Amino acid sequence: MESRDIVIIGGGPAGLAAAIAAHEAGCTDVLVLERDVQLGGILNQCIHNGFGLHTFKEELTGPEYAARYVDRARELGIECRLGTMVVELTPEHVVWTVSPDRGVHAISAKAVILAMGCRERPRGALNIPGFRPAGIFSAGTAQRLVNIEGEMPGREVVILGSGDIGLIMARRMTLEGAHVACVAELMPYSGGLKRNIVQCLDDYGIPLLLSHTVTRVEGINRVEAVWVAEVDESLRPIAGTEVRYPCDTLLLSVGLLPENELSRDAGVELSPVTRGPVVDDALQTSVEGVFACGNVLHVHDLVDYVSQEAAAAGRAAARYVANSSSEAESQTEGTREDERCLSVVAEGGVRYTVPSTVYPARMDEKLLVRFRVDNVYRDRFVSVYVGNKRVWHRKRRVMAPGEMEDVSLKRADLEAAVGATTIRVTLEEE
Amino acid sequence: MARETRSLICINCPLGCPLEVVVDGGEVLSVTGNTCKRGETYGRKEVTNPTRIVTSSVPVVGSAIGRMVSVKTASDIPKEKIFDVMAALEGVQMTAPVEIGDVVVADVAGTGVDVVATRRA
Repeated sequence: MESRDIVIIGGGPAGLAAAIAAHEAGCTDVLVLERDVQLGGILNQCIHNGFGLHTFKEELTGPEYAARYVDRARELGIECRLGTMVVELTPEHVVWTVSPDRGVHAISAKAVILAMGCRERPRGALNIPGFRPAGIFSAGTAQRLVNIEGEMPGREVVILGSGDIGLIMARRMTLEGAHVACVAELMPYSGGLKRNIVQCLDDYGIPLLLSHTVTRVEGINRVEAVWVAEVDESLRPIAGTEVRYPCDTLLLSVGLLPENELSRDAGVELSPVTRGPVVDDALQTSVEGVFACGNVLHVHDLVDYVSQEAAAAGRAAARYVANSSSEAESQTEGTREDERCLSVVAEGGVRYTVPSTVYPARMDEKLLVRFRVDNVYRDRFVSVYVGNKRVWHRKRRVMAPGEMEDVSLKRADLEAAVGATTIRVTLEEE
Repeated sequence: MARETRSLICINCPLGCPLEVVVDGGEVLSVTGNTCKRGETYGRKEVTNPTRIVTSSVPVVGSAIGRMVSVKTASDIPKEKIFDVMAALEGVQMTAPVEIGDVVVADVAGTGVDVVATRRA
């Protein structure tokens, strides 16, 4: 069987950044597996600008951002196998692939990095009554049609859900001559970034209807109209508020779900909140030697953060490979079970954290913990307690579920709190 | 003219900092709420001469990546010229090979800004 040090599943922004970081950390036997015929993942269809300000201090489009990583991977001579679909991952790190060149082919890896990204929630996940006419697309499908295939999905558009891709497509369709009647959002706040409300909706006078949903789709062969109604506090449509919008297209931007079929096969424990793997400070999953990063771990709003996180996963996997080789000789380093571990608890409006466990003896000097909140909060403090001691307390003017937040943990704080078993991340009024 | 404070959301990067811009007549007195220098520049510009980067894609022939290549204005252009830029891209077609940064339309819609390719094709 083919044997590699690190196999990375996915050649998008996460997979590429992980591969580069692993290589730069000294592990040169890295293989990237990508099912598409090109690298870059979803960035190829994200032709809008706004990428890379944190990483490169300049504003790039998605394809330009991807090209930076593709070029670097090429410079380092990292092998990227395109047109290669991973069909199974075993708990013993055997990666089963299918491709036209090799047929069914198994690779044994010392470490595996999961970087498969996410998928859009489809119409089937929503309960919208009506037939199944043509003209209903997920926002990402429409994005691919317009930007990659050069096809317009429709001319008169209603968008359900205010996720970023939906907002970006509201602008894109408008620029290409379509009329976007409205964006209806079930929640009383937007699921997308504030900047996208400004530059994709406000700039073009597209109304954002908060606390609204689609209650009916009209049309048998093609969408002819959709009905939009206001919802009450328990998110139920309010009778008598329905408005009929004649249109030929309904775009759905109603959430992204990490794509973890392979992780499940491998026995990786998944979080019911993020639907991504539960990871420790090294971004290692419940299966030893299997790491995760990017949107397969939790859905990000900035690719810059994906790159940072993936680089950390790449370095951790390289360290794991180096340790497992030296361990074979000397048996010096023990397993995670032998070591003191603190669990990170999300409370008081914090929906989840990544990572969810921390090993003070293994962690870097500083560790970034990312999280999302469950509602819109104004003038709240983000606090972190190690045991009973508060080690972080910072005011944030506005926090929203659509925007990822972070706190930084110091190893010294965790080591000083002898006996503490939890790290609580919470929101406080003062 | 009276002094007024305008609340904006910075669109430079996805952080979306909430800005407060104090204007007196046509003059910007202060920008606060920004977390980087770009924010201040944006705040000043947005109340005097709002600009945007326009991105789109145009057909390409002879490329392995597919039928379209993505493009952008090389820098921001006046907001009211967005649809003029789109009109100028109508009917434009590229031929492979295309490099990132290749000029697609020079001085688009009289803005003095070029439209350039953002992807190899």
